[in-house]
Amino acid sequence: MQPVKYQRATTVAEAVRLLQEGGEYARPLAGGTDVIVQARERRREIDYFVDIKHIPELMHVRHDANGVTIGAAVPCYLIYGDAEIVKTWPALADATHVIGGTAIQGRASLGGNLCNSSPAADSIPAMIALGAVAHIVGPKGERDVPVAEFCTSPGRNVLGVGEFVTAIRFAKPEPGSGAAWQRFIPRNEMDIAVVNAGVYLRLDRNTVRDARVAIGAVAPTPLVVPEAAQALVGKALSDQTIAAAGDAAKAAARPIDDMRGSVKQRRHLSKVLTERMIRRAAERARGQG
Amino acid sequence: MKTDRIVITATINGEERTFLADERDSLLEALRERIGLTGAKEGCNNGNCGACAVILDGRLVNSCCVMAAEVQGGTVTTVEGLATPEALHPLQQAFLEDAALQCGICTPGFLVAAKALLDHHPRPTEHEARFWLAGNLCRCTGYDKIIRAVLNAADEMSNGR
Repeated sequence: MQPVKYQRATTVAEAVRLLQEGGEYARPLAGGTDVIVQARERRREIDYFVDIKHIPELMHVRHDANGVTIGAAVPCYLIYGDAEIVKTWPALADATHVIGGTAIQGRASLGGNLCNSSPAADSIPAMIALGAVAHIVGPKGERDVPVAEFCTSPGRNVLGVGEFVTAIRFAKPEPGSGAAWQRFIPRNEMDIAVVNAGVYLRLDRNTVRDARVAIGAVAPTPLVVPEAAQALVGKALSDQTIAAAGDAAKAAARPIDDMRGSVKQRRHLSKVLTERMIRRAAERARGQG
Repeated sequence: MKTDRIVITATINGEERTFLADERDSLLEALRERIGLTGAKEGCNNGNCGACAVILDGRLVNSCCVMAAEVQGGTVTTVEGLATPEALHPLQQAFLEDAALQCGICTPGFLVAAKALLDHHPRPTEHEARFWLAGNLCRCTGYDKIIRAVLNAADEMSNGR
């Protein structure tokens, strides 16, 4: 392990101050399942961890009339274990339930998955599909950034020095809407996505009124695919429109070959997963899933 | 940059312990090298294999992915905390009876993970047990014997031994 200092923060203001003092190589520490390994393997330059898990609001799931605010450090098991989240935002449970194994889910958080900004992050396409917004606090104050605009390149994002994500906000879904997320991996559990996809739909009878499609592990960042949404919106949901959206996702994907999958396989999977998630989101929109 | 030695106090296997660690130590390093609890094993050291699994404040974690400093004031259970001086834990007994280990390096992690499973779900289904233990890798037994042992231990414990 490279030499690294550790400090607990108990308030957001204290964390901002410590991160600002720590400078460029300070990192907030939530579940640590990425950053501790990266510090050890020197895949990221890190010399200071500011533990944010002792800040009460960072560890709370807060439901209100208009949606839910999930503290950035809330571990996965508390997210898929929250009955209201499972009922209202099942796409979020889809993703958090398969991130790592039990020991990872006991620690790993949405804030960590987002700020790690891996192109293959499992929760990010689900959050994009749900229209989630990251709440950021830093030395210059607070700001909100849609999750869809958060990642900038592999491992990089919009956060400046001293800034960190305190919570992710999910608005209550519109009536008649549904969302779903799935990934493809070669084994049953515990793997990094070859491709993943999140889809949100709002239906009026069988006509699509609104849609969002996001695919992961096929570009330098999780990818929003407006062309796939456009292939659906205003049209009746049919095998043809679903296939057109799948084709749009395949066309938008610009993956690389690596040990997990080839360009060809990833482009194919972009279509297959997008189509499947459109169907599942539609089932949920109709109250059947 | 040099890091400091820090003093950590935590309840480890039911006993309050105060020990000196390097600020950069992982919990796994502190357990093994500062406290001499070598049950938790370093397998991958990156959160994939589960050989270093311990229970921290009631949740299963990979101790290689926890900073030692994080457990200040916390509660840790390692494989050394399972048996009593009188008897093995029913999970340990079942692992022996069902031959659920060969080389043994994954065994402490499996035992701790299985204990966490039974703490939360005293009567898991086979599917639940397999899903819960998916983060623990074994390259010898092929898992079936491990799952059988965990389910047998759950039966044993539920029958009020």
